[in-house]
Amino acid sequence: MERPLTKHIHPDREPLSLQEYERVGGYQAVRKALLELTPEAVVTLVKDSNLRGRGGAGFNTGLKWSFVPMGPDVPRPKYLVANADEMEPGTFKDRMLLEGNPHQLIEGMILASYAIGADISYVFLRWAYKKAAHGIIKAIQEAYAAGYLGQNILGTEFSLEMHLHTGVGRYMCGEETALLNALEGKRAMPRAKPPFPQVSGLYGKPTIVNNVETLCCLPHIVNHGAEWFKGLSRTQDAGTKIYGVSGKVKRPGAWELPMGVTIRELVEEYAGGMLDGYKFKGALPGGASTDFLVEQHLDTPMDYTSIAAAGSRMGTGTMIILDDQTCPVGFVHNLQHFFAQESCGFCTPCREGLPWVEKVLLSIDRGEGRPEDMNILDFHTKYLGPGNTFCALAPGAMEPLQSALKYFREDFERHIHDHQCPWK
Amino acid sequence: MLTTEEIAQIEHEISLVPQKKAACIEALKVVQQHRGWVSDEDLKDTASMLGMSPEELDSVATFYNLIFRQPVGRHVILLCDSISCWVMGYEQIRDHLMQKLQIKYGETTPDGRFTLLPNVCLGTCDRAPALMIDDHLYENVTIEELDGILHHHR
Repeated sequence: MERPLTKHIHPDREPLSLQEYERVGGYQAVRKALLELTPEAVVTLVKDSNLRGRGGAGFNTGLKWSFVPMGPDVPRPKYLVANADEMEPGTFKDRMLLEGNPHQLIEGMILASYAIGADISYVFLRWAYKKAAHGIIKAIQEAYAAGYLGQNILGTEFSLEMHLHTGVGRYMCGEETALLNALEGKRAMPRAKPPFPQVSGLYGKPTIVNNVETLCCLPHIVNHGAEWFKGLSRTQDAGTKIYGVSGKVKRPGAWELPMGVTIRELVEEYAGGMLDGYKFKGALPGGASTDFLVEQHLDTPMDYTSIAAAGSRMGTGTMIILDDQTCPVGFVHNLQHFFAQESCGFCTPCREGLPWVEKVLLSIDRGEGRPEDMNILDFHTKYLGPGNTFCALAPGAMEPLQSALKYFREDFERHIHDHQCPWK
Repeated sequence: MLTTEEIAQIEHEISLVPQKKAACIEALKVVQQHRGWVSDEDLKDTASMLGMSPEELDSVATFYNLIFRQPVGRHVILLCDSISCWVMGYEQIRDHLMQKLQIKYGETTPDGRFTLLPNVCLGTCDRAPALMIDDHLYENVTIEELDGILHHHR
């Protein structure tokens, strides 16, 4: 089984230095792209590889790039931002790539910058990733010293600056337009779209924001081609994927696997099955803002298309397990507490609705719920759903709630009927 | 009054960005790094360096979790309260910390040693429950280990 992204990651040792990374083929893709391929050819290659954004939205990366204005008369500087603000609860996949092999990310960022003609690039890293910050600072310095960053890279016309920006908290920073506001030193509130960042992003200039895992795929696609990348997958969505499992399983962790392994394989094989005495009840397949899937979905392939067909989202691909001895109402209350707290407060439905949902869930969990509370929860899943709020935060928050109300409705009703939590 | 060193560091941050204001988060980080938190007076001095009103800078400072606008202890404990840590029983860790330190969330021990804050997902969900003290990450935390962990931070 090929594991291109994690092949050179060894958690028990320091990440590869620039020389070590070069020795295993590192920066060959930058040489190939800058010396042999036009930016247009790189965009086409990545579009053809069917690489889909690994941050959760799953949009075709090459297609996203193709909206950036190209040519001599476009606004400059253009920007490329690596979204390393991993803050989706239950998600710990980018940490592995950032801590494990920062040169791979830098190489991917150089390739993306070349493809879109970016002049300046940023790594937007969340504050908590101290070890990653240390490694990235060192790797950027090494890349400058070796001439992979700076003026006239490899003697070509292409120049690129790279900086590390460390955030100061807030989930909203993961949303790409809010991230750009944070980079500009503003409150991390989302911007109206259009204009899209590809046209008017950081400081009003054309900007691409790509997830860390997405960028880390690029050197391998340039080296080995679109068909090879598609061949890594078991299904129609190309490549490998960093999957993760957390919760009451024997071996929680993250693994790079072919796109499209099933939920069952992840839980039973890679995570070693449930801890003794615990049963699988459900899972959020890709972080806190994805719909629950349950036992009937265990054989669903973990790819964007199949998980969507099963009624959820692949999201970040890092799964949180709900076991039979954990209260689903308490579980969902914890999630809604998070979303209510992290709402930026800009739009009314999100600012007012999420705390209401949180309070209702808390009273149900405490055995103080009323029968009409079910109705209140139901209508919030509609009024806070897609199209009613300024950004995707509240609709994302409603995904685990609406699916919990569907699959675990009896558990909610039992709390209300018995005036107590059956799990306490 | 900001020190000469703080002013030099903030001016350096300003030199890296196309607009003065864009350095404001970095400037707040500089102040906090030296003083542990950002007082009203520091906020005013920093705002004037950035060409912002104190209110405008405060709107940024109060938006982000990790800019402290109140004094904190010598060490800040950030306890993850998100979903994977909840499933793995972080509440026991919380209760133990509160009892041992005799403080609630947002409070500082009378000796000024620890401040306890809840924090969103720390991105290490396969090793839950997790907490950070200053720059140190602790994973798979058990109640038995807590005393030893606290002992490291005097």
